[in-house]
Amino acid sequence: MSARAWRRHSPAQAAARWAGQLALALIAAAMLAHVGVRWDYLADAPAQVGDLLDRMLPPQWDFAPWLVQPLIQTINIATLGTAAAFVLSLPLAFFAALNTSPARALYALARLVIVVSRSVDTLIWALIFIIVVGPGSLAGALAVAVRSVGFLAKLFAEGIEEIDRGPVEAVSATGASRLQTLLYGIVPQVKPVILGVSIYRWDINIRESTVLGLVGAGGIGFTLNEAILGLEWARVGLILVVVLGIVLLSEAVSALARARIT
Amino acid sequence: MTTRTWRPPSPWPRPWIGAVVWGAGVAFLAWNVLSLEVDPARVVRGLDRLGTVAARAWPPDVERAGMLVSGVLESIEIATLSTLFGVLLGIPVAVLAARNVVPLPVYAGGRVAVTLGRTLHELILAIVFVKAVGFGPLAGVLTLTVGAVASFAKLLAEQIETIDRRPIEAIRATGASRGAVLVYAVLPQVLPRIVGLSIYQWDVHLRHSTIIGIVGAGGIGATLYNAFARYDYDLALTILLVIVGIVLAGEAVSAVARRAVQ
Amino acid sequence: MLEVAALEKTYPTGDHALRGVSFTIEGRDAVFVIGPSGAGKSTLLRCVNRLVEPDRGTVRLDGVDVTALDAPALRRARRRMGMIFQEFNLVERLTVMENVLSGRLGYVGLWQAWRRRFPGEDVEAAYRTLARVGLAGFENKRADELSGGQRQRVGIARALVQRPQILLVDEPTSSLDPRTSETVMALITGLAAEDGIPALVNIHDVPLARAFAKRIVGLHAGRIVFDGPPAALDDAALVKIYGRAGGAPLS
Repeated sequence: MSARAWRRHSPAQAAARWAGQLALALIAAAMLAHVGVRWDYLADAPAQVGDLLDRMLPPQWDFAPWLVQPLIQTINIATLGTAAAFVLSLPLAFFAALNTSPARALYALARLVIVVSRSVDTLIWALIFIIVVGPGSLAGALAVAVRSVGFLAKLFAEGIEEIDRGPVEAVSATGASRLQTLLYGIVPQVKPVILGVSIYRWDINIRESTVLGLVGAGGIGFTLNEAILGLEWARVGLILVVVLGIVLLSEAVSALARARIT
Repeated sequence: MTTRTWRPPSPWPRPWIGAVVWGAGVAFLAWNVLSLEVDPARVVRGLDRLGTVAARAWPPDVERAGMLVSGVLESIEIATLSTLFGVLLGIPVAVLAARNVVPLPVYAGGRVAVTLGRTLHELILAIVFVKAVGFGPLAGVLTLTVGAVASFAKLLAEQIETIDRRPIEAIRATGASRGAVLVYAVLPQVLPRIVGLSIYQWDVHLRHSTIIGIVGAGGIGATLYNAFARYDYDLALTILLVIVGIVLAGEAVSAVARRAVQ
Repeated sequence: MLEVAALEKTYPTGDHALRGVSFTIEGRDAVFVIGPSGAGKSTLLRCVNRLVEPDRGTVRLDGVDVTALDAPALRRARRRMGMIFQEFNLVERLTVMENVLSGRLGYVGLWQAWRRRFPGEDVEAAYRTLARVGLAGFENKRADELSGGQRQRVGIARALVQRPQILLVDEPTSSLDPRTSETVMALITGLAAEDGIPALVNIHDVPLARAFAKRIVGLHAGRIVFDGPPAALDDAALVKIYGRAGGAPLS
């Protein structure tokens, strides 16, 4: 008597899996070929990166005092942008949530605004605002604000849609007005989400604000750009170290604050 | 008989802490507002110009849209390839950064690597890679791959840390090696999440790939930046609309893919 | 004081929940509505304060046609109807006191509501009502720190603090264990009697209904098939309501 064999996938399934993986590999290969990779450049890359690191380290520590002002600007941009976005995204989220939106048309409009805000990267918004208000931190703050509105409103709206309807029903059954029902039935339920998401976005915005200066929208990116153009690699190293530090700091603050909220 | 009163209990451990926190917050915000450099004259001029700019931007330039095809294709390719490589490389890194799978020093090393990759903005990484391998999509792929490895690995590590321990226990109890435990107990739980995370990562990359061109790392970002620099606003608007379209299409595709996987 | 006339309601799904329900409640008795799930009990109760809009029929509270009221007038009418829910429906993250005081929202302005500055007599009434339901000292606890029975007591207090003319009670004990159910039911009927107000109570537990009701209304497939004192609820009546002798449910 022959021993029975067991296979995890039937022959048909196995064939399908092979076909799928092959297709994926072919697509990847086709893209690689089309994208035009210079393999000799790639082979050279580790050496080049090593050389770059060599020139960036040790960082030029005595340049640090010149970084204080740009760093302050970076924090300004991120904080003001997030704060403005917070204020604007609350009513937007109200219209973009199925259970609180007063009209179908308003819901669709709110969703459209959210989508446009989220599809365009902060950097591109910065380019647009530079045209309108000129280069500087105002353009940066506006860019951060506009990008964050969509992010915040989408998550706020999801939080609003996920609430328990029971308490809302109960509060309106006592004879409370629509706004009172919002205040007592909905707001307490969504408060943790709103606060947590906002702090999270502020943290992300600190990171985004560090590069806005590369296109002229204020913050430490401008100093970085200058250092790169001037081939001052030790200064570049310092700036990168400082940027790393401040992003890590804001992540820590954000994680701490969000842990205390729930 | 005197009527009793009631105030809601203070959310802070001590009542005065609340006042301090609020005061500090308001002061921080005020400082930010005051530090913002706003040139009112420039803003007024800018708003005036907005009309001209809008007129020049509309209607979007569809004739030259053909120019954009290669840029768009390149962006998509960069996004897809870096997601692929990022996921492939990210899986082992994630394992190294999961507390419940590897010993403490390895975990620490993994976490540091992941943090470094995530903390630096992709634009900064792009600048470094452009210096290392020259202008073009290769730099873009390398940039986003590094970012993907770090981001994907962090999310996956978190997933690995929250899996069900019981299958791991059971397989270990049979005397299986560490590798076998990984393959039989960890991977099956984690594989479906890998697919979901990959799709999310691709989505994020699509957005990023549209801007790294600004520093020369390939994709449509370069075309966009040049259009702005030449005051070529109708082309810029076309590109913006195309970018929004790409991101939207990407989100639709990933929503479909995610549902197909469930 | 509550007149329900020819109430009809069909949901968009095609479910004919109410097919012409009429009854009247005078005086201060506790009227218990029994019937199988899907008979329309919950719909009936919610049509009274228009949490669900009836398709046809009228509801008159003390002579006022509730079904014809506009939004502001409806809110004023709802102040006079205190509702108690099966799943308690408290705002989990708020304190017990805030949940009880939310019963007075129909009487205060938005600013007072937001700042939690209710009139002195409302706060005093809240304290007293909490004592009446046996929760004295619980004011500052968060609602999600309470047990099921305690949460329902807060729900009862919220309804009573409205000083309502009628209690609308939707399966108040379905989420509670049998012992707590008895205590809560005794509390509801006892306090209503003390305040001299009638209660319209949905319940699926027939023995509980028999124990506490002065009058039982049996609903089957959207129509009233029984209306009388518990003594008259014999097997024949139960078959009409539930479609089987011995009475469902199996408890």
